[in-house]
Amino acid sequence: MPPDHNLDDYVDPYPADHRDSPEARRGPLRVGLGGPVGSGKTALAAALCRTLGAEYDLAVVTNDIYTTEDADFLRRNAVLPDDRIEAVQTGCCPHTAIRDDITANLDAVELLESRHRGLELVFVESGGDNLTASFSYGLVDVQVFVVDVAGGDKVPRKGGPGVTGADLLVVNKTDLAPMVGADLGVMRRDSDAVRGGKPTLLISLREDPAATEVAAWVRGRVRARAAQRV
Amino acid sequence: MAVTAALLTLADSRLPAGGHTHSGGVEQAVAAGVVTDPHTLETFLRRRLGTSGLVAAGLAAAACRSATTVVADPTAGPAGAALAVLLTGLDAEADARTPSPALRQASRQQGRGLVRVGRRAWPHRAWQALPDRPHHPVALGVAAAVGRLGARDAATAAAYLSVTGPATAAQRLLAMDPITVASVTARLSPDVDTVAAVVTPAPAPDGSAVGPCWLPADTDPLLDLLAEVHADRKDRFFAS
Repeated sequence: MPPDHNLDDYVDPYPADHRDSPEARRGPLRVGLGGPVGSGKTALAAALCRTLGAEYDLAVVTNDIYTTEDADFLRRNAVLPDDRIEAVQTGCCPHTAIRDDITANLDAVELLESRHRGLELVFVESGGDNLTASFSYGLVDVQVFVVDVAGGDKVPRKGGPGVTGADLLVVNKTDLAPMVGADLGVMRRDSDAVRGGKPTLLISLREDPAATEVAAWVRGRVRARAAQRV
Repeated sequence: MAVTAALLTLADSRLPAGGHTHSGGVEQAVAAGVVTDPHTLETFLRRRLGTSGLVAAGLAAAACRSATTVVADPTAGPAGAALAVLLTGLDAEADARTPSPALRQASRQQGRGLVRVGRRAWPHRAWQALPDRPHHPVALGVAAAVGRLGARDAATAAAYLSVTGPATAAQRLLAMDPITVASVTARLSPDVDTVAAVVTPAPAPDGSAVGPCWLPADTDPLLDLLAEVHADRKDRFFAS
């Protein structure tokens, strides 16, 4: 039997009805990382784990559409120990697994919570999808949508639930803008226009492997959640 | 008044109980060249319905019958503990009928998923009588009971789900025409009804019922082997 997503060591640490509403939810802050294929979701997850790993008790769930490539990437880069990474199979349908039927992902998150009782932060990385992808708030508390400059500067204008609705929009690979003829000013302007005041960060993980600004945003959300509970 | 809408909910692929991540052996059957087209898919589904579908239907009907006693009489104090004994027994019967460890795990994953959605959709203390991570048919029987459905309904849902999940997986994996796949599963409808009827016979004249050990126990070595080979693969879309 494969070691991934095996619930044999699962012991539910909470009362049966503890997830009856997101408001009542205990446990770690769950951050969804979504976005199109190749935009840098796994690289961002790795960067956030490196930057925040010393500050928070954290873990990652990956949703590769095929194979455990992303989980293996995180393991190879020794970003996290094996027992803090869970990969789920999404039945050929990564979008369904994060929005319409989140069962497999909930199982994975709860398995990580049961293994690490002090868990403070869980990143749920979606499989690469398209601009209509978004996480159910039954699965995550906040979501980050990652697009990249090389996909064209028209992406923010095209909108879609990920671009318009995500709590944070990250435009990655700004270092490639001159090479692909993308206008960062246009991307900034279009993002602001469709996001109703929600933040957008233009970053380059190549130039800033620590993802400093995104990590700062995550810290803010962890603090906000802690404050809510008091 | 006949209760049917709850049955539609239980059999609906929209019910977020995690079924969409399981292929019921189809992913490995496709990889092995066993399922390649609508004809081989139909053969596969018939075989699955007649073995694991039949077993699941029997277990779901029995679990529903057991849980119905508690649902019908909410004031019955000791019934909860008695129900827990019955359901734990049925869960063990499911284990005994599932030789493949991979299939036992797949069944328990789906059972847990169904309990997660079921206990909020139909809140009832009968859920508490289920063991931790119950087999899917046992959880399905309880879901049917708390949804005020009967044993035949529970069996129908179990039999129906034993073919619809794999059919959808085949459609995705082989890029099959969805209308063709729908016609395959529609053709199986009478067989689904027959399976449900077989596992819910009329009660004996003296009122006696057969024990759970006499529930259907048909197995298919092909499904067991496919599941075990599949579980060791790293490159898979489906959990089972």
